[in-house]
Amino acid sequence: MSRVNLALAFVLVACALAVVQAQHRARVYFVELERLKKEARALDEQWGQLQLEQGTWANPARVDAAARGRLGLISPPQDRIRVETLSEAP
Amino acid sequence: MNYHARKLLKLHLAPWRMATVAGLLLAGVAAVGARAFYLQGLHTDYLQGKGDAVANRNLTLPAHRGQITDRYGQLLAISTPVEALWARPADLQLSAAQRAHLAKVLDMPERDLTSRLAHRVRGEFSVRRPLTPEQAAAVAAMGVPGLILRREFRRYYPAGEVAAHVVGFTNIDDVGQEGVERAYQNWLAGRAGERQVLRDRHGNAIRDLAPIKMAQMGGNLALSLDLKIQFLAHRELAAAIAKHKAKGGSIVVLDAKTGEILALSNQPDFNPNNRRDYQPGPMRNRAVIDTFEPGSTVKPFVAAAVLERGLVQPGTVVSTPSDYRVGPKRVRDEHPHDSLTVTEIIQKSSNIGAAKLAMMLSPQQYWDVLNRTGFGQLPGSGFPGETAGRLRDYPTWKPVEQATMAYGYGLSVSLLQLARAYMAFANDGEVMPLSFLKREPQEIVGERVFSSAVAREVRTMMEAVTQEGGTGTRTRVPGYRVAGKTGTAHKLVDGRYAQDRYLSSFVGMAPASNPRLIIGVTIDEPSDGVYYGGSVAGPVFAQVMAASLRQLGLPPDAPDTATRLTRNASNPDGGA
Repeated sequence: MSRVNLALAFVLVACALAVVQAQHRARVYFVELERLKKEARALDEQWGQLQLEQGTWANPARVDAAARGRLGLISPPQDRIRVETLSEAP
Repeated sequence: MNYHARKLLKLHLAPWRMATVAGLLLAGVAAVGARAFYLQGLHTDYLQGKGDAVANRNLTLPAHRGQITDRYGQLLAISTPVEALWARPADLQLSAAQRAHLAKVLDMPERDLTSRLAHRVRGEFSVRRPLTPEQAAAVAAMGVPGLILRREFRRYYPAGEVAAHVVGFTNIDDVGQEGVERAYQNWLAGRAGERQVLRDRHGNAIRDLAPIKMAQMGGNLALSLDLKIQFLAHRELAAAIAKHKAKGGSIVVLDAKTGEILALSNQPDFNPNNRRDYQPGPMRNRAVIDTFEPGSTVKPFVAAAVLERGLVQPGTVVSTPSDYRVGPKRVRDEHPHDSLTVTEIIQKSSNIGAAKLAMMLSPQQYWDVLNRTGFGQLPGSGFPGETAGRLRDYPTWKPVEQATMAYGYGLSVSLLQLARAYMAFANDGEVMPLSFLKREPQEIVGERVFSSAVAREVRTMMEAVTQEGGTGTRTRVPGYRVAGKTGTAHKLVDGRYAQDRYLSSFVGMAPASNPRLIIGVTIDEPSDGVYYGGSVAGPVFAQVMAASLRQLGLPPDAPDTATRLTRNASNPDGGA
């Protein structure tokens, strides 16, 4: 009888340790999850800032000014434009 | 063993001393017990709360405002986090040297900073929002107690002035104040979430204590605007305002098939990224909020009304005597003709002719046509503050008013409303509901205003406006057929029509064979001597229309008018 008790006590201790271990792992994972969520948020914000930057660079007003000023481009005058109509291939 | 019996150990104690000591000891135990009971039993909530306060935290989950983009996803407004500097006066400890340093970092005079920080308010107040990232780093490095850096979202408008009137702006608390930002505030605004967590010694969250209330991010919005067309419209309008030294102006570009607003711009404008110099004037979205007397641009509606009832044909000749009177009022034409066909009345914009046509109708019949096309009614774009203009009920009309209304005086519209009304001609008689939001073609139900035959006839008349002999020859677009109507109206000043102040306008559509775009332009008080709608507003129309048609890649419906490139030797295949 005392041998059974001893075995049960042993199992009990093992279970208790397992609970502790599981609890610890849960905490570690939770902290990791939190960190990753934070990272996701930071990346999201960075994505927004990159979009903003892209939008600012691609702003037609800026492109227009750069094309006219720095590159010296002009929009073609009407008499330099020819409209071609696609005819059916013979 | 009986110690009491031993003589040496025998205590000579009075019984009262024993009782006193025992009593004191018991009282001590009782006091500790009572205190324990008080703390553990009666006062437990308070202490539990204190304990939780150390380990538990309520976190707010920030939610940002939704983005606004144009129809192709180009960014028009976005919220992005920035640091803001707040102060808590109760904890603030700032040495003189630190104060000087802070003033330098914030780039503000030390005196201003001192008066700012002298606020004796409870809680916290903001010192500077937003900070640049460099400023935030410098403030954080100072580590002054009572100065708090807080993350906030700030709204940025990458398109700046170009789309300012449509997109609008938010105030410092991220609430929409104007434009789409205001109209769709509820959709765009995010709702912050909340969670309760247990924290360890390092401040890491280790366990959720309550179900998380998720943050609701603001919804994104795709507008109907086409940023490229919007930019073209903005640029050409601004150039024309400067050239003609005008007070202001507006331009609207509509998709004739869907009623979507592809571009809408006003002058003067403002930069929504700069909230410092707040002036309400330039922020007015004139095209939607302000009304004007449309002048000759209503004449096509008169023509449609008489054609619809079969009273005339486009070729019917109407005599236009220069002494034509309605009641006491003499109707005048700047360029008199003896007689004109109905088409020529539109083409040459004859006031006498238009008045005579309108007098063929009963007031109710004319009112009915104007009412059907949206005069005096809200255009329904959903834009905050849009106006219905003014169209009085026909029982109150005097005959002279019916005549003046035929050439656009005595009623008023907004430019958006007028462009919408022209959709009836552009879209074969059907008016589509306006929209600032991008939408799928299948979800639109139009409203039939004219029969398609009448709409096409009037469109052909308006095409004559842009041809030789018309008032709008400067509105031509090479390669495309253009239909439209010029307008030059005297402005009402203090209840009288000013002889030298004009509002020049042009509303037109292209390609005329099957219009895809409607563009309306108004220029307010051009003051360099030129004031005819065809000469002031017309070229803006032509420039924007030509560039937009090219942008949309629409096939020309009059290619021969565009083939003007000299076919020189460098291009031997040119003639093929």
